[in-house]
Amino acid sequence: MESLFDLSLINSTLRMMAPLLLAGLGGAICSRVGVFNVGLDGLMLMGAFLGIAANAYTNNVWLAILIAIIGTTIFSALYGYMMIDLQANMIVTGIAMNFLSIGMTTFALRTIFDVQGAYYNNEMQGLPVWEIPVIDSIPLVGNLLSGQSPIVYLGIVCTILMYIFFKKSVAGSHFDAVGINPTAAKSQGIKVRRIQYLAVLISGILCALAGAQLSLGQVTMFSENMTAGRGFIALVATMLGQSNPIGVFLSSGLFGFTEAISIRLQGLNVPTNFTLMLPYVITILAMFIFKDKNQLSALKNSAGSSR
Amino acid sequence: MLLELKGITKKYGDFTANDHIDFSLNKQEIHAIVGENGAGKTTLMRMLYGMEKPTSGEIVIAGKSKTIDNPNDAIALGIGMVHQHFMLFPPFTIAENVVFHHEPRKSWRYDRKKAAEEVSQLAKKFGMNIDPLQIVGDAPVGIQQRVEILKVLYQGADVIILDEPTAVLTPLEVKDLLASLRELVKMGKSIILITHKLNEVMAVSDRVTVLRDGKVTGTLETRETNPEELSRLMVGRELKNNPLPEKVKGKEVLSIKNVSMTDKDSGKSLLENISFQVQQGEIVGIAGVSGNGQSELIQAITGLASVQNGSVTLNGTELTNQSVKQIREAGLAHIPEDRYLWGAAKEASLVDNMMMTDYVKQEFQKSGVLKLKNIRKYVTDSIKKFNVKTTSIDTSAQFLSGGNLQKLIAAREIQKNTPFLLAAEPTRGVDIGAMEFIHEQLIEKRNNGDAVLLISSELSEILALSDRVLVMYEGKIAGEFERNEASEEKLSILMAGGRNE
Repeated sequence: MESLFDLSLINSTLRMMAPLLLAGLGGAICSRVGVFNVGLDGLMLMGAFLGIAANAYTNNVWLAILIAIIGTTIFSALYGYMMIDLQANMIVTGIAMNFLSIGMTTFALRTIFDVQGAYYNNEMQGLPVWEIPVIDSIPLVGNLLSGQSPIVYLGIVCTILMYIFFKKSVAGSHFDAVGINPTAAKSQGIKVRRIQYLAVLISGILCALAGAQLSLGQVTMFSENMTAGRGFIALVATMLGQSNPIGVFLSSGLFGFTEAISIRLQGLNVPTNFTLMLPYVITILAMFIFKDKNQLSALKNSAGSSR
Repeated sequence: MLLELKGITKKYGDFTANDHIDFSLNKQEIHAIVGENGAGKTTLMRMLYGMEKPTSGEIVIAGKSKTIDNPNDAIALGIGMVHQHFMLFPPFTIAENVVFHHEPRKSWRYDRKKAAEEVSQLAKKFGMNIDPLQIVGDAPVGIQQRVEILKVLYQGADVIILDEPTAVLTPLEVKDLLASLRELVKMGKSIILITHKLNEVMAVSDRVTVLRDGKVTGTLETRETNPEELSRLMVGRELKNNPLPEKVKGKEVLSIKNVSMTDKDSGKSLLENISFQVQQGEIVGIAGVSGNGQSELIQAITGLASVQNGSVTLNGTELTNQSVKQIREAGLAHIPEDRYLWGAAKEASLVDNMMMTDYVKQEFQKSGVLKLKNIRKYVTDSIKKFNVKTTSIDTSAQFLSGGNLQKLIAAREIQKNTPFLLAAEPTRGVDIGAMEFIHEQLIEKRNNGDAVLLISSELSEILALSDRVLVMYEGKIAGEFERNEASEEKLSILMAGGRNE
């Protein structure tokens, strides 16, 4: 068992959880303002594709990430327009966005790069690995935390920022108010639609980063539907974490851990079919054990607004 | 003169909601606006609060003509409004709700400590006893209303508009609220009170303006008028006094024996050993502050919840824990206490709502095919008879005002002509004219020899209609009175948990 559980497992957990964490935070901020974001997966996929595509053209990974963010944010604005302005059912819209995203990226992959299934280029530079100076020099901790892509660290920073935003700031309290009772918020002069749009756009940015971590951080390639449902696992992380940033961090940590374990197990002669199943099984189990009132009420709102 | 409305007119297309209304408010005055549903009270106040724009007319504040385009303008002019439906955030604390959108802050940070202190001081200043750190969702309705008033005060309002503030309160909370309003006036505030409860107007206001069909029918000094004059101005005619003719003793229709119900989750006792009968030709009233087991009793009788103990019999048929359909077939009609939750399908048309249980009757269907012609005629006639105001019988029920929907439900249930009618809060949120009509119908049903069980938190209703009164307190029957023994004082004491001497 020594080779299954060792310190580098934490390192790979951090790497695996980063996309779930970022998308999960995006889901959390939406849920806090009463928007049930089922489209996380599609937004992530869009971010992953745009990251690779832009990188292929610009040969600059930072510029690629910027383009991924801008493109995904525009895509999320379309999503927001349908949910907030057109009052379309949130779940139906979200599922539509996911399919639209799969279709668009697959189509673009075939027309732009003329390949089917996956695109990769050995000369393409992925995200660099950062050795954080101070932490790196601490003996044990250095091995655990250092040597990740910048997006992994950004995920941790975002968690802390979002925590402070909701806990301490006036604006955070207004975001919460919109999620709890939009009519009351409106009657007090709060611009409800603007706040909901902001949340959806922020989730677009976070999902773009999550997608970029998948396609430029963990590997340097794009394959059709490469998120493989991670957006939905992120959605579960949102629910499991009660839309609280720290909770989302912990629950995406759990899922990242199972993903890391399942990769380890493959090296131990455990059937791949079983190990690949593991993260999803844990997700379902987690759904049974925990319920999130915020998400449920966002769901209820969405059911009401569809009429 | 603090505030004056001159010749305010509001038109929606061809419909005139307010027709040249003149209104004035003096400093430190409580000025009540009364009128039936749809008389234009709320429209008028929404214009003053900047939520609607008048078609013509002038708003004068402190001698200067003003335009109020949105609630923020109104707040800046010192006008605050407490809405009929609370605008609160239940998971937030009282302090957070009060200071909302005017939060004390240190740059971008929310200074919650200062918010709590300020709210605590404000409450103390106006003699309100609240804990600023309590979560609003955990606070009783009376406190939540205080939070709404504090919110308006925190924003610096000198004129406070209260839109039907007592509709959701228990009688004790109403008393507290009225005392608080007097206190506010003493502290220099001025209040506009919208209501249709005349006893509150008489108890607390200085002047009254009566609206009918969008026009002012009178502005009176409260001490120079009386409820009879006011209701005449509101309804436009003399209200009938419906005396109850002497009761003829009949046989027992509904019999409840030792019924008990406990909450499955907490094991808390909801109903304890309830026993009573309702006979032919009588109205039995059940009084009590809401939440003392009335809802559970209704559910036990109508089959909406199961009881653990005891029996319910209707016309000799044992109906304990039977299905709703069986109970209705045995002769129950039921005006539910919550017209939206139990009483109507909001999105369905008036026709569908009226037919809800009657569609199986021979006159409305033949081997499963509806006789639409008969149905439409029946619905049209009922709507005419019960004076339900609607544009068409195919309108969805959600577009009816609360009072009109209540009349529709009453029409459906009363016209079933069953031997027993359970009427729960039959006139909640209904204006005087409609209330009078529903009361007449209940009395007529009684006079025809049917049995009526009336459950109401409105004491005046219980006293006006009941041959016998039972008082419920904490899931038990706390006392029973014959009609001639019952008085508001005696009932109030039992309702508040006191003893009957």
